[in-house]
Amino acid sequence: MQGGNLRIVEIAEVVKESPSIWTIRYRDPSPSKPGQFVMVWVPGVDEVPMSLSYTGDEKGITFRPIGETTRALSELSAGDRIGVRGIYGNSFTRTGGEVLVVGGGTGIASVIAAVEPFVSDGKVHAALGARSREELFFEDRVISAGAELHISTDDGSKGHKGFITDVVRRLLGSGWIAQVIACGPEKMLYNTALIAREFGVPGQYSVERYMKCGIGVCDACSLDGRLVCRDGPVFDGDFLLGSEDFGRFRLSPNGTRIPV
Amino acid sequence: MTSRVGKITIRNPLLLASGILGESSGSMIRVYSSGAGGVVTKSIGMEPRDGYRNPTVYEFESGMLNAMGLPNPGIEHFSDVISRTKAAGVFTVGSIFGGDENEFSHLAGKMEAYGVDAVELNLSCPHVEGFGSELGSSPERVRSVVGAVRQAVRIPVWAKMTPNVADMGSIAAAAEEAGADAIVAINTVRAMAISARLRRPVLSNTYGGLSGEAVKYVGLRAVYEIGKKCSIPVIGVGGVRSGEDVAEYLVAGASAVQIGTAVAERGPGVFGQVADELSDFMEREGFSSLKEMIGIARR
Ligand SMILES: Cc1cc2nc3c(=O)[nH]c(=O)nc-3n(C[C@H](O)[C@H](O)[C@H](O)COP(=O)(O)OP(=O)(O)OC[C@H]3O[C@@H](n4cnc5c(N)ncnc54)[C@H](O)[C@@H]3O)c2cc1C
Ligand SMILES: Cc1cc2nc3c(=O)[nH]c(=O)nc-3n(C[C@H](O)[C@H](O)[C@H](O)COP(=O)(O)O)c2cc1C
Ligand code: FES
Repeated sequence: MQGGNLRIVEIAEVVKESPSIWTIRYRDPSPSKPGQFVMVWVPGVDEVPMSLSYTGDEKGITFRPIGETTRALSELSAGDRIGVRGIYGNSFTRTGGEVLVVGGGTGIASVIAAVEPFVSDGKVHAALGARSREELFFEDRVISAGAELHISTDDGSKGHKGFITDVVRRLLGSGWIAQVIACGPEKMLYNTALIAREFGVPGQYSVERYMKCGIGVCDACSLDGRLVCRDGPVFDGDFLLGSEDFGRFRLSPNGTRIPV
Repeated sequence: MTSRVGKITIRNPLLLASGILGESSGSMIRVYSSGAGGVVTKSIGMEPRDGYRNPTVYEFESGMLNAMGLPNPGIEHFSDVISRTKAAGVFTVGSIFGGDENEFSHLAGKMEAYGVDAVELNLSCPHVEGFGSELGSSPERVRSVVGAVRQAVRIPVWAKMTPNVADMGSIAAAAEEAGADAIVAINTVRAMAISARLRRPVLSNTYGGLSGEAVKYVGLRAVYEIGKKCSIPVIGVGGVRSGEDVAEYLVAGASAVQIGTAVAERGPGVFGQVADELSDFMEREGFSSLKEMIGIARR
């Protein structure tokens, strides 16, 4: 109905980005923008939301196997068929000036597609954070796009030892950054949004919620009256910090409001 | 634009259908602010249910299929949602589903205590065994459930019908005899989607319910047919996407309509748009009240 009808696609390539991160590429010429997502169906298993880590004709999704569906995805090979619905959701938009792109963990998959187009409009800093160097990926894409790369790991195995928000604070302190975009664990997003507000820098944050329909009917992804699947997943910092739910509550699969 | 359904007056005849955005107070308040006359909650049962695995929906050009599997937080956890929604002044109908008349009565009593304006009995979900349409296809069971709820609460009781039966009229008549204040028709039409390229059904539950534009003509038939057998108000549901669709339901005999799938197509703003389109239609056609339109195709 929104042009997001189910398509059965053949996997073109499975790429191991790091010991714990996989990318699946498939051909699908549907137009898409950085920050948008698809519902990925692994036949016989489940269907889950995944950001597009590549938005061209050869689309890509990038994930860490953490549960049944992502594990099943990681076991697929070129030639296997999966279902995709979408392209769904809104996207990151460039508002001008130097931009800081922040990705935490698999959240890197969602922001990376913004780095490449944004570079053509001015300087881009990309701050990537993960628990350890094994969980980092797409550093090469940041460098070949010509963006400035900053790294942090919780265990110090690469880059700054500590949280990516330490790096965010330092970069915003320089006074050059005019815009922040970010995706990652909600705690990280929340703290990034607080720091950006402190420095008076506008931000766009891609939020994850449990999703069933992906098309704005089931209310599973509701966040203070907005639907993450339809009005999001990208929201501006003012809305998020003013909401009751961001950083605090989400809905469980049965719709009970529970802590994030 | 005020609409009357039995004793109730609503600010316009466009209600949010059950199961669409009716789980959080934030979404229901937003739908109301976007111009709906009121909202019907997601169907709530005795216990929390996660619903089925994905895929739970399948979209196509003129509608969709769903087999959500009645996900809901359970009645005990729903009081906060109702109180927040009611505190915002939203006309709120609590939809409930149960396995027998005791469960339905219990759920209705809770909804009434939470403050809803009416209860809607989901006698019609086509894809969950033991609930909904299994119960709703037997006139005797419909009579006993509606009768029990009628005894248990003072607020209006609406009975929602399945179209997946041979004779909707006699089931609606059984609900009326048992004391229902209004009939709601239709729930989704039992259906399935197949992927030939994957050689399997698409929905994880295999079977689902068809809704949207594709079912409008089933809904119109149901409203017309039920209107011939019943004297209580009928609320039309199924494929309403425009003001003219609403007019068709009213002329067929509906007192009000509910909108579900079109919310996915046009967003929550669909209510304001449809209300404007309905006013334009009435002005063009020389109707000065909804009442003048209701049931004129039957006369
Ligand atoms: C818009 C959007 C875009 C996403 N993009 C990506 C992406 O690019 N790469 C990626 O790896 N993941 C992404 N996710 C998260 C991904 O959908 C979940 O990790 C996935 O559903 C897990 O499925 P599973 O069956 O493997 O794990 P499950 O067995 O379902 O869960 C394993 C663990 O993951 C948690 N989890 C499940 N669903 C979610 C969710 N929606 N959000 C956060 N945690 C969840 C569970 O609580 C549990 O702890 C995205 C989510 C959304 C809403
Ligand atoms: C995703 C979805 C979930 C639904 N859940 C319920 C439900 O919980 N209870 C119910 O009575 N009807 C439910 N329905 C049926 C709708 O309320 C409505 O009767 C049907 O969709 C036809 O209207 P429409 O064409 O405007 O969508 C659901 C429909 C959809 C599409
Ligand atoms: S996932 Fe169903 S409304 Fe967003």
